[in-house]
Amino acid sequence: MADWIDACAADDIEEEDLIRFDHGERTFAIYRSPDNSFFCTDGLCTHEQVHLEDGLVMDYVIECPKHNGQFDYRTGKALRAPVCENLGTYPVKVEGGRVFIQI
Amino acid sequence: MSRRDYSMLGADGVRAVETGLAAAQWYHSDIPRAEMKALMKRENGPAVRDTITLYGCMLAFAGAGIALWPQVAGSFAVWPSLVSLPFWLAYGVLYGSAMDSRWHECSHGTAFRTPWMNDVVYQIASFMMVRNPITWRWSHARHHTDTLIVGRDPEIVAMRPPKLARILANLLGLVDAWTGWSRMLLNASGRLSAEEATFIPQSEQPKVIRVARIWLAIYALVIAAAIWMGSILPLMLVGLPRLYGAWHHVVTGVMQHAGLAENVLDHRLNSRTVYINPISRFIYWNMNYHVEHHMFPMVPYYRLPALHAKIKHDLPAASPSMLAAYAEIIPVLWRQLRNEELFIKRALPATARPYREDLHQTALRPAAA
Ligand code: FES
Repeated sequence: MADWIDACAADDIEEEDLIRFDHGERTFAIYRSPDNSFFCTDGLCTHEQVHLEDGLVMDYVIECPKHNGQFDYRTGKALRAPVCENLGTYPVKVEGGRVFIQI
Repeated sequence: MSRRDYSMLGADGVRAVETGLAAAQWYHSDIPRAEMKALMKRENGPAVRDTITLYGCMLAFAGAGIALWPQVAGSFAVWPSLVSLPFWLAYGVLYGSAMDSRWHECSHGTAFRTPWMNDVVYQIASFMMVRNPITWRWSHARHHTDTLIVGRDPEIVAMRPPKLARILANLLGLVDAWTGWSRMLLNASGRLSAEEATFIPQSEQPKVIRVARIWLAIYALVIAAAIWMGSILPLMLVGLPRLYGAWHHVVTGVMQHAGLAENVLDHRLNSRTVYINPISRFIYWNMNYHVEHHMFPMVPYYRLPALHAKIKHDLPAASPSMLAAYAEIIPVLWRQLRNEELFIKRALPATARPYREDLHQTALRPAAA
């Protein structure tokens, strides 16, 4: 069973935005949606491995800062070229104002 | 004979990968995240307004051109009248040049907030510019990953030594449009060129072929209409404006990078921002803020002036006009004909973070004049 990792405070992420979270060798992106839900994906875009932390969150879409490829961050689905490969996603829970991800 | 190999399959491309120039980290001016988010924010308003204006003007100019077309025995004559030429020239610039910037902005998906609006304008503009929308989306992604990296960037316009004849011929679309049409024929036959296959993923390749076949059918209809009418009128509307209206996008496009450094990882060294007149800015959709666009391709065209204001302390001074830009470009291109190592290294203001000479050692080595 994968571990739950304490990633950040819920308030660390603005509404309709994301932050980067590094854990060991791995890097993730944690999102707060416009309806105040939290999600987690791999941090690097599947096109050219650029970090999504500087990208733009619009509703439930994250746009990569390098070539404007887009993913649905709830499912990781690639939505717009040049991304073709989906992003990995991870379960998230919020407890006591902290965001935990299961990796 | 150039010592540089600009093909995607050549030695320079291999060297760029080996030396870490390909897909590298690039310099960015600092902007706080909150300000960046505001700059990246998308809306439909500005692009809807501009698109209605653009297509409205095209309809009006084409309508005037048709109304003034001479008639012979109740049918359209072969050639347009002299008095209609200004209307055709205006229509041509909107078709053969404004569509270049629409193609560009919508390929980034930044013009409109609503994705389908970007896609519709992208498809129309791609057809008018004769740029396969699938192929060029990938080629443009490469241009952003590896801007002006020799052997990696498929969109380098002024090579070293510069291909001046090619640039001049392209003022009438003579090279690029013909290349586009011959690529269309190749793709419609079910094949891709060897270069295209290097940057278009296999899963996307069938789409390239499908689009080429649809375009071929459209051109066949237009040519059939021209033959049936015994007039070039249908071709003045579709196809030919890519030639007779191309000049403006070449004039503005050459300014983007010509004469600047190759094989560097800082857009301040290889891109140029130029202040231009409002009509050209409408046609070019603010791409005259070119350093800004390359540094932050997420910022939509209508916020590039605001982005420019925020980071200009960290950039070389913008060229004050197109004339000034060409006064800088033409002499260096001319001298590059004899010495391809020459380029312009633009001075940074005292407020800017300096260029990382360690990153660009070989590219920035001083060249003999
Ligand atoms: S690196 Fe993300 S779209 Fe290219």
